[in-house]
Amino acid sequence: MSTETIQDFTRRQYQAGFVTAVESDTLPPGLSEDVVRIISAKKGEPEFLLEWRLKAYRHWLTMKEPRWQKVQYHPIDYQAIRYYSAPKQKPKLESLDQVDPEILRTYAKLGIPLEEQKLMQNVAVDAVFDSVSVATTFKDKLAKAGVIFCSFSEAVREHPELIKKYLGSVVPYSDNFFAALNSAVFSDGSFCYVPKGVRCPMELSTYFRINAADTGQFERTLIVAEEGSTVSYLEGCTAPMRDTNQLHAAVVELVALDGANIKYSTVQNWYPGDAEGRGGIYNFVTKRGIAHARAKISWTQVETGSAITWKYPSVILKGDDSVGEFYSVALANHRQQADTGTKMVHIGRNTRSTIVSKGISAGHGQNTYRGLVKVLKNAEGARNYTQCDSLLLGDKCGAHTLPYIEVKNASAQVEHEASTSKIGEDQLFYCQQRGISKEDAVSMIVNGFCRQVFKELPMEFAVEAQKLLGVSLEGSVG
Amino acid sequence: MLLSVRNLHARIGDKEILKGINLELKPGEVHAIMGPNGSGKSTLSQVLAGRETYKVTQGEVLFDGKDLLALSPEARATAGVFLAFQYPVEIPGVGNLHFLRTALNAQRRSQGKEELDAMDFLALAKERMKAVQMDQGFLNRSVNEGFSGGEKKRNEVFQMSVLQPRLAILDETDSGLDIDALRIVAGGVNALRSPERGMLVITHYQRLLDYIVPDHVHVMAGGRIVMSGGKELALELEKKGYAWVEKLGPAAAREARP
Repeated sequence: MSTETIQDFTRRQYQAGFVTAVESDTLPPGLSEDVVRIISAKKGEPEFLLEWRLKAYRHWLTMKEPRWQKVQYHPIDYQAIRYYSAPKQKPKLESLDQVDPEILRTYAKLGIPLEEQKLMQNVAVDAVFDSVSVATTFKDKLAKAGVIFCSFSEAVREHPELIKKYLGSVVPYSDNFFAALNSAVFSDGSFCYVPKGVRCPMELSTYFRINAADTGQFERTLIVAEEGSTVSYLEGCTAPMRDTNQLHAAVVELVALDGANIKYSTVQNWYPGDAEGRGGIYNFVTKRGIAHARAKISWTQVETGSAITWKYPSVILKGDDSVGEFYSVALANHRQQADTGTKMVHIGRNTRSTIVSKGISAGHGQNTYRGLVKVLKNAEGARNYTQCDSLLLGDKCGAHTLPYIEVKNASAQVEHEASTSKIGEDQLFYCQQRGISKEDAVSMIVNGFCRQVFKELPMEFAVEAQKLLGVSLEGSVG
Repeated sequence: MLLSVRNLHARIGDKEILKGINLELKPGEVHAIMGPNGSGKSTLSQVLAGRETYKVTQGEVLFDGKDLLALSPEARATAGVFLAFQYPVEIPGVGNLHFLRTALNAQRRSQGKEELDAMDFLALAKERMKAVQMDQGFLNRSVNEGFSGGEKKRNEVFQMSVLQPRLAILDETDSGLDIDALRIVAGGVNALRSPERGMLVITHYQRLLDYIVPDHVHVMAGGRIVMSGGKELALELEKKGYAWVEKLGPAAAREARP
């Protein structure tokens, strides 16, 4: 491919990069025990949660920021970050009429209208603006099915027993540096509870938006699917274009009890920084699910944004016959860096896991797949299939594959396949010779490359993901 | 005149491959280009289709009286130039049908025509695939992925019959085909012969020309057309071998060998 086209293709503009003018209640930069207390007080939290936060904070102080990942960034000054920012509003929202119209406009501009009559059929949305949840739609309809879907803060108020039982049960606060930080200062997020045997009647979706400058976003998502229940959940993320880096350190915990089925999809489009690598979000996220007997957890992620994406959505296959899946498309364009993959920990017997990772590197992007498949001693009959494909656009980017396999049970079957390819000049010429422009050809070839993953996304979002990938890659053929 | 190639010179890197090609092709005519390996036949097809790897250093190509060389490869396709590739590429994950509809609609858009919707297109595709005896399973497979050599060539002719070009260039479409596949492919091509359409059939062997009977035969050697004649020239060439050409144009033939 001519370098020119690759470059044109990668140079498309980030389209969610605007800032919303809204009055915020923001803490000054800095982190201390007092800050943790203030956040907890602002949220009117029960004592157990404050204690948990403080334990996490104190543990965090003893930890060192990890450096093993294959990404490079300047040291983060944790005292320069604001740990709380909330749009000023009435203390409790009874309806959407009370949401700041500026915020509603922001979401409308992002293509996510929060007014229910305009909503996509069958998708309930929880919108998180900076640190707090501003609106949750379709609550009543969900309540009829017994499904709880609300902001994390509300869950703490309304269902403290569930929070107490499950918070930190999959990702303990001591898990890792960023999980500990999140546990200390998290301000909101989404909570979902699906009762026994219930099939959630609609897709659930959380939309995360970072707006304020110099703010970190630390949200938690907790999904509990009781025995035999089913839920499909999607998160989307955007942020304004700013030339400083912003930290997003979220924690997602999934609990799939016996026979439950959780499908968790992510379309991540945080601001990636400009072509020279200024600004952008550091997306350092801990996502993990625990699958009990016969339960299934499926992660699908399309990661097109962020200056750095660093996350490994994982499944602990605890129960016998449980299933874990990970489908991922990660794009690293311009100066973006992605170090992402999954961990599948086989504990129960006859546990099965599937990993399909598609890494796309363009511009000066560096894309690393890092995955662990661990089969413990008692995991009789465990099976894993891993497929890692990398696609390179241009000659200044990189693709790296780092699979770790630890097998302690001789009956396990673990397969790993990997491929690296380049969009060839001959592929492009073939498309062009049939009348398809180079840009469209790249889009088509890349989408073909990702098809296995896109088909795992809920219909509405698969289309969005394809478009997003097209936009994120524009100008990158060469 | 549909295609006029005048004194065309082209190189790859600093190696000159085409050294002054002249060719005139009228609508409705089928011209065959034969020649030994390395004579520049395939290069000619790639240059006409607009492959950037080759640099045109001299000469001109008029398509319908317009400067073809000024157009991008996709604009040439839209103008009606189709190249059936010698080695069709695989595009994993991109459905054959989706690919072809994207191509057809891109061309239609550029021509200011309305795009075909999925249903109309499917009907068209099903109708056209009969000519090359392809079954519908082909439509949903990825472009050329896992196709046999014969299937790939049939797919090329199928695409051609959907896109309905004004000039079809077939680059060694017979290579790698057994006799049955050759018959099917040739049948598909013959079905597309029409008074408006020109064809440039590039082949190493005379065999293909038993099935696709040309109006004119040109023999290339050393980057030039060294001989032109009617269809009987192909038979004569078959009998006497390419050494015969070398004798006739020793300088040219020698240059063809690296």
